[in-house]
Order: sequence, then C-alpha cells, then structure tokens
Amino acid sequence: MTVEHTAVGRRTPRVDAMDQTTGRIRYADDLNPAGVLVGRQLRSTHSHALIKSIDTSAALALAGVKAVITGADLPVSYGILPVSQDEHALALHRVRHVGEPVAAVAAVDAETAERALGLIDVHYEPLDEIVNLDHALADDLPLIHGEGLGQNVHRKAALEFGDVDEGLAAAHHVREDVYFFRGNTHAALETQAAVASYSADGKLTLWSSTQVPHYVHRSLARVLEMPAGRIRVIATPNGGGFGGKTDPFSHELVVAKLAMLTGRPVKINLSREDVFYAHRGRHPVLMWVKTGFESDGRITAMHFKSFLDGGAFGSYGPASLYYTGALQATTYRIPNYRFEGVRVFTNKPACGPKRGHGTPQARFAIETQLDKAADDLGLDPLAIRVRNLIEPYSMTVNHLRITSCGLSDCIDDVIKASGFAEKRGKLPPGRGIGLAVGCYMSGAGLPIYFNKMPQSEVQLKVDRGGGVTVYSMATDVGQGSTSMLAIVVAECLGLEPGDLTMVTADTDLTPVDLGSYSSRVTFMAGNAALEAATKVRQRVVDAVANHLEAVPEDLLVEGGHVHVVGDPDSGVTWAEGVVLATVADGPLIESGSYTAPKLAGPYKGAGVGISPAFSFTACVVELECDAETGLVDVADVWVAHDIGKALNLLHSEGQVEGGVYMGLGEALFEEHAFRGALHRGPSLLDYKIPTTLEMPPVHTTLIESDDPEGPFGAKEVGQGPLLPVIPAVANAIHDALGVHIDEVPMTPDKIVAAMRNSARGGSGRIGPSAVPDFDFGEAVMVEPPEGFVAP
Amino acid sequence: MSERILELQVNGETHRLLSSDHRTLLEVLREDLALTGTKHGCDAGECGACTVLLDGRPALACLVLASQIRGKVITTIEGLSESGQPHELQTAFADLGAAQCGYCTPGMILSSAALLDEVPDPSRDDINQALAGNLCRCTGYSKIVEAVHFVAGGGQDR
Ligand code: FES
Ligand code: FES
Repeated sequence: MTVEHTAVGRRTPRVDAMDQTTGRIRYADDLNPAGVLVGRQLRSTHSHALIKSIDTSAALALAGVKAVITGADLPVSYGILPVSQDEHALALHRVRHVGEPVAAVAAVDAETAERALGLIDVHYEPLDEIVNLDHALADDLPLIHGEGLGQNVHRKAALEFGDVDEGLAAAHHVREDVYFFRGNTHAALETQAAVASYSADGKLTLWSSTQVPHYVHRSLARVLEMPAGRIRVIATPNGGGFGGKTDPFSHELVVAKLAMLTGRPVKINLSREDVFYAHRGRHPVLMWVKTGFESDGRITAMHFKSFLDGGAFGSYGPASLYYTGALQATTYRIPNYRFEGVRVFTNKPACGPKRGHGTPQARFAIETQLDKAADDLGLDPLAIRVRNLIEPYSMTVNHLRITSCGLSDCIDDVIKASGFAEKRGKLPPGRGIGLAVGCYMSGAGLPIYFNKMPQSEVQLKVDRGGGVTVYSMATDVGQGSTSMLAIVVAECLGLEPGDLTMVTADTDLTPVDLGSYSSRVTFMAGNAALEAATKVRQRVVDAVANHLEAVPEDLLVEGGHVHVVGDPDSGVTWAEGVVLATVADGPLIESGSYTAPKLAGPYKGAGVGISPAFSFTACVVELECDAETGLVDVADVWVAHDIGKALNLLHSEGQVEGGVYMGLGEALFEEHAFRGALHRGPSLLDYKIPTTLEMPPVHTTLIESDDPEGPFGAKEVGQGPLLPVIPAVANAIHDALGVHIDEVPMTPDKIVAAMRNSARGGSGRIGPSAVPDFDFGEAVMVEPPEGFVAP
Repeated sequence: MSERILELQVNGETHRLLSSDHRTLLEVLREDLALTGTKHGCDAGECGACTVLLDGRPALACLVLASQIRGKVITTIEGLSESGQPHELQTAFADLGAAQCGYCTPGMILSSAALLDEVPDPSRDDINQALAGNLCRCTGYSKIVEAVHFVAGGGQDR
C-alpha cells in the first residue's frame, strides 16, 4: 500500500533557511548580552608535566581584568561517560597535552584578556611524554592517568562469537592484512563558543554551540556542584558539529564559573587553533584482520584486532573502542567472529566521536580486504559481497538485530548507475573504479549514562488560534533536526512545516532529548514527536467528530481542515477544531516519548553497536590517479543509501553529499598530524579540507526500505554515507594502478612509494607491516544468538 | 594603541565610530556595528566565512583593518536584502538546500553575488573557481553550486 503523504517526502527547505541566508540566525558567538566580558584560556605549552605552581597575581592586578581562575577553582572531575570522569575544567596538578587549558581570565576586552594570559606564571616540571602506540604499550614510562610507570592502557576488550579457530581451519583461503587509519578531525566551520550569565538570584544560563545540551547540563551541575534545576543550558544553532561538540568542554565550565565570580555575562570563543586542541576527532587506529573464505568467497570466520591511540583523555573512548569491532557483521554474514581491541592514552589532544564513530576505520579495513580476497579467489568485488550479504530481519553473530535492510538494492543501484561491471579492470591505466558498502546505527540503543527514562521526549502545545508549538531538546547542528520535527508533526496534523513554531535545545523549556549524536534524532525524537502529534490529532478529531456527529475514524485532518473523508465542505478549520478540543478536555498540550527496545546481547560491551535500526549504503568511486605524482582526481561518486524513508528529500540528499565530501577529504588528505606531541599545523591552512575544486559530481539515490519502527519508516542518513567512501577510493586506486594503499589518508607520497615498490618487483603495497604483540586477555566467549543460522 | 575616528559606509548607512588602528573590519562589523551575519571560522584568511563586499568585490573581513577601508562601500549579508526583499541568491540558497548549518552561507552568498555581478552567466567551472576560497564543511558544495547556477539562469532549472 502506498501511503499518501502531505509533508513527508517532499523537498522541504529548512524551517530557518531564510534566517540563515539573510544572516539573521544567531550562533553562540553572535550573542552579546549587555556588559559581556571576554573570557580566554591559557593553554599548556607542555605535553606532559606536573604543575608546580601558578602565579596569577600579576594578571589579576591588570586593569580591566575581572577574574582569573585555575584548576583549584574547579576541582571536580568530569567526562562524558560515567566510566571515564578523567577531565578537569582547568588542569589540576598536571598537564597531559599541549593546548590543555590551565587557567582562564575574564576581562573587559580581548586585548586585556590576552595580555592577562601573558602575565600568568606557570611553573612546570616536565615528565616523559607518550606520543604513540609503542610508547603507550611500554611499561617503563609514566602513567598519564595515575602514579608511577606502566602501560598507558585505557581500556581493552576481547570477545568471541562462535568458534573462530574452527572457522579459520575450515577455510579454503585465509588472508591476514594490517591497516593504519591515521586520525583526522571534524573542522566544523564554526569554532565552539559559549556565553554564560548568572542572575542575582543565583540562576545560571549557558548558551553554547553544543550538540548535547542535556549532557552539558549534567556536567555543569556536577562540576559547579549546583542543583541542575538552577542551571539552564541552551544549545545555539551549531555551525556544524560532526561529533566535535558532543563532549562537555572546558570552556563551557570555565565560562560559567567566570560569570558566577564576576556577576557579569562572559563569553569564550575558541580560536581555530584552540579547536584543534579540544579535538575529540577520529582516532588513529592500527588494525589487523584475519579472515577465512570458502572457495566461493563465503566468509567462514573473522578475527579483528584494533589499537586506538586515544590521546590524553577518556572522552567516549570505551565506546569508540567497541565501535571499531561492532559493525563488521552488519553488512556480511560472518558466522564466527573474534574482536580484540585496546585504547591507549597518549599526550595528545583527546580523540572521540567523529561522523561514523570508530566504524570508518574498521570499514576501510574489511572493505579493502574483501577486494583483495576476491582477487585471490578469482572473484569480482561484487560477487564476493553479494555472496556474503546480510539478510533483512536477521541477527548477527554478535547479537545485533537487523530489521529493514535495503543493502542489496543499494548495491544494484550504484553498480548499474556507474557501469561498474563494464569498467572495473577495463579502464585505461591510471583510471580506476572501486566499490564498497557500509552500515550505521539509527541511534545508539542505550543512553550514555544508565537510566530507564525515555531517550527522547517531545511536547506539543496548541494555541487557541490553532498555532502549534513543538518543544524538543533535539539540537540542530546543521543536519536539519528542527525541520525534521516540523515535518513529522505537520504531516500528522495536516499542516505545513513552516506553520509550526519550534522551540528546541533548551533545558528549561524543552523536554529531554539526549542530543545530536549516534544518528539518533530522526529515529528517536521523530518517533517521540509522532506520538505527541498523534495524541493532539486524536483529541481534535474526537472533538470535531462529536461536533459533526460523525465517527472519528471517518475524519481526515489535512490542509488546515478537519472533515469527513470525501466531503471537504463538511468540516471545520483546524483552528476551530482546536477550540472544540480545548473546550472538551482542557488545554491542548500533549507529549510523546521514545525508548529504544531492549536489544543488548548477553555480554559486557553489548551496549555498543545495538540500535533500533541500521542504515545501509553502497558507494562506487571512479578516479584518475597519476602514476608519477600520485595525485588523485576523483571523477564521479555514486552512492545509494537505504534511509528507510526520506522525510525530507532535499536535506536527506544534502546529508549524503556532505558525508561523501567528508569521506573524500579523509580518504585523500585529511590528517590530524603531530610531530612528537606537537600538532603539525593547527590551522585550516595546514589542515586542508576539500574546496569546491576537489569535489566531484555526487550521484545520490535514496533507497526506501520502510523501517517498521522508524517514524514513517525513516532511518538515519547523517553518518552512514561517509563509511564506504574511503574504502571505495582505496579500491579504485588499486584498480587504477594495481597498488594497495593500506593507510589512510591515501596521500600522493604513499601512492608514489607504492608504485616504486611495485616497479622494483615488490608487492606494490604501502602500509604497516605488523601490530604489537599485546595481551588482550582471555576472550569472553559468547554463544551466537538464538536462531542464528550460519550461512 | 592609537585610536581614530572611522567613517564606514556599510549597507547604505554611514557609521562614524572611534576605533583602535589594529582592529579588523570583521571585529568592527561584528562587535561595534552588531552586524553578526558576517561569520568567522579562522580569523586568518583561510576559510572565507568572513567574506564581505568592498565596492562590490569580495574581501576577507578578518584580513582587512577597518582603518584601511578609506571610503570603500561595504556590503555585508544584512545589506544584500534590499528594502526587506531578500536577494535572489538568498532565496535560492534557502529553497535549494544550499545551507545546512548555515555558517558558511553569508560568505558563500556574497562571493556568489560578486561573481554574478561580473559574470552573469557563469559555467559550473566559473562558480567552482569563484567559491574555491569559501570553505563549507557540511554540504559538499553541490547544492551551493546548484543554487548559484539556478539564479544565473534567471531562476530556471537548467
Ligand atoms: S575568518 Fe576570515 S577567512 Fe576565516
Ligand atoms: S552549511 Fe555548514 S559550513 Fe556550509
């Protein structure tokens, strides 16, 4: 049955689009409350050192300086995950990376604040620095968190599903490959900013470019030791997030403290350099993957090891670690699977979640290995994927529930559109084509801190004139969550999205939504909004039915009108319906909520990777690669994404295009690079991101698999489309030149080195040769889920 | 720090203000004139978010000192809408999904406006070249180029 939608599935502009294009929308740094002071943070010049003393007296004495604070003023630790509360708003006793904030000032203007920073005297006692995996795994270097010497292991994991040794023994062919994915960063165009104000009555308000106002709210309450009820957090529209604004940050806590001390509003706007130090970007991950295949390409077992360089703090690290091993089996039926991983601390800015959180690295490894295995077995890349493809409505060996799945359609689409079969292996030298697929969650199945409350709540209030206000803490980071909510509610109430009033991301006004991360908002806030709107609709329908002496089931709510089906002249206007409902049952205010079903498997770590639904993507990249210079010119990208149902065609396409863009940047040149512990170039000049000149045409298809639990069948689109892009580039480079670049980014120097290696009779491969010998501990053996059928 | 009286022609209005010599046009626009539509992503000439028009030509407000303007006519995103009517580019960017987070949008629109002023019928290459100094981290640029192309074609899909 095809459902006729009115608001869903159109090309709908964002509800705030004209405010954006006329410059009227206000981001955090655009807020200038009267009397606002300028806050600035002093950052560590050492990578690893004890703070012996800090003298702030000269800074405090400077005219125009209103407050100076250090770690001692905010001694309570915090961190996004309850299991890693290892950060301080300002370093306490010790610094762990260059750029870590150690002190802060509030002054009348920027010049004075900067001068004051220069007057703060910090005495450091340097410690040995830990800058890479080898250092971190050595046992004779200082612990970054803790006293004494030892391995800087943050977390390790070892899980086995089925019997991997048996699966490998039974294989016709076994491959072992080693990969390195260097880290990169979000580089949202807006640098983080926060403004705090403290009322004379003791109420704190923080405006911040955060993706997670609820978690920032909790952290402020913890660190400031204030009741949450006295704190209001308002997430301003984010000028891009991509995961870079999903931790509570030092500057948010500091600016609040400064406002409380001075009694004046204070603003901190991070410089671009500061943002590189705040980081939380993609982890550098060293990977080893051993996979067994039948002669027809079927996978018999996979053993995957990952080593994550986490930087100085925990951040989302334990989740990031498990994510590198979680989604391998969501695209292919892997009957036996072992995952071993470790995340280490180093004296560099902390890594965290970036678009795809921990999964693009692993996706790069398994998708390029599959191409190699296909070559070994005389199969083509398409055949080996099809042979192993996941079934819709099935369980993976590691207990992930797959529901709707349009991956097969996605693959068909890009293969046909790109002419893959006619082109692969047949293009002139230097030109190549590559295929890869991917999968991502539509929202993490569990909240970040354990609780049984809904993951998203939405409230609707209908004015007596018929105006509808939607209240939700969902935070628009550019992905269009506010417009998504408007579309869902408008569809349900027969109104236009632009007619609604949207109140979002304000802890005082809006009911909780956990935030814009893990691609959860459409699925979770969308469902909560749908429930609230359905209740409002029902009340109006009941009241109008009563008034018309009709049966509620016969009524239609559409186009601002409520009437009997087939008789548009029979009814009343929406506004009249609202009045009838209000007369009948009081204020027309309803709420809805969403709680994910219980999905976690019976093992520790099972909370990571579960999701009420998964999106799927297939991607083909065609490119030119110069054998002499190693320069890559991407000619075309075809991408098909199973979105369940596109609530908004225009911006769903936009998410795909943006994901492809970010994937290409990561594949070809983006790297968060360090010289020792020193960032190589914390600027957009050094950290290059693609411009218009690097972007190829992107051919997008949205596949609608109609998820049974998604709002109107919808699933995520914000993160998934990035995943297959990087391995598709690698596979295309191999098709073009016959070399394997097993390290991301695939920069020209690596391609040239691989070409030289192959000219000298080598394997034509560039990448790491081995992984450290590390004791992950005895793997926890987990039985495959009930009903799991090995292919 | 020496200060002087500046006279700035911004969006058709004349502003006289006291400002120190070292302040950038970006700072003066955002802080003194409350024209916060002009964005900043680097304060170092790398991102294009601070693009404004000086005598109709795009310039990076973070790299220009306010004291250097000397009579040039300044147009910011707020000044592109004339008498309350949005510029065609503003409408096209909105309708065609060219803004996601919107942070690059003012700069993109002003660079595009300058292009269309000079080359009324630009090719896609011309558009890519003209916008190469404006970074966008969200859209992958396709819908931006599409919107400019749409306006250049007189609002026709081509
Ligand atoms: S702020 Fe001027 S170019 Fe980035
Ligand atoms: S729309 Fe976000 S930077 Fe361009």
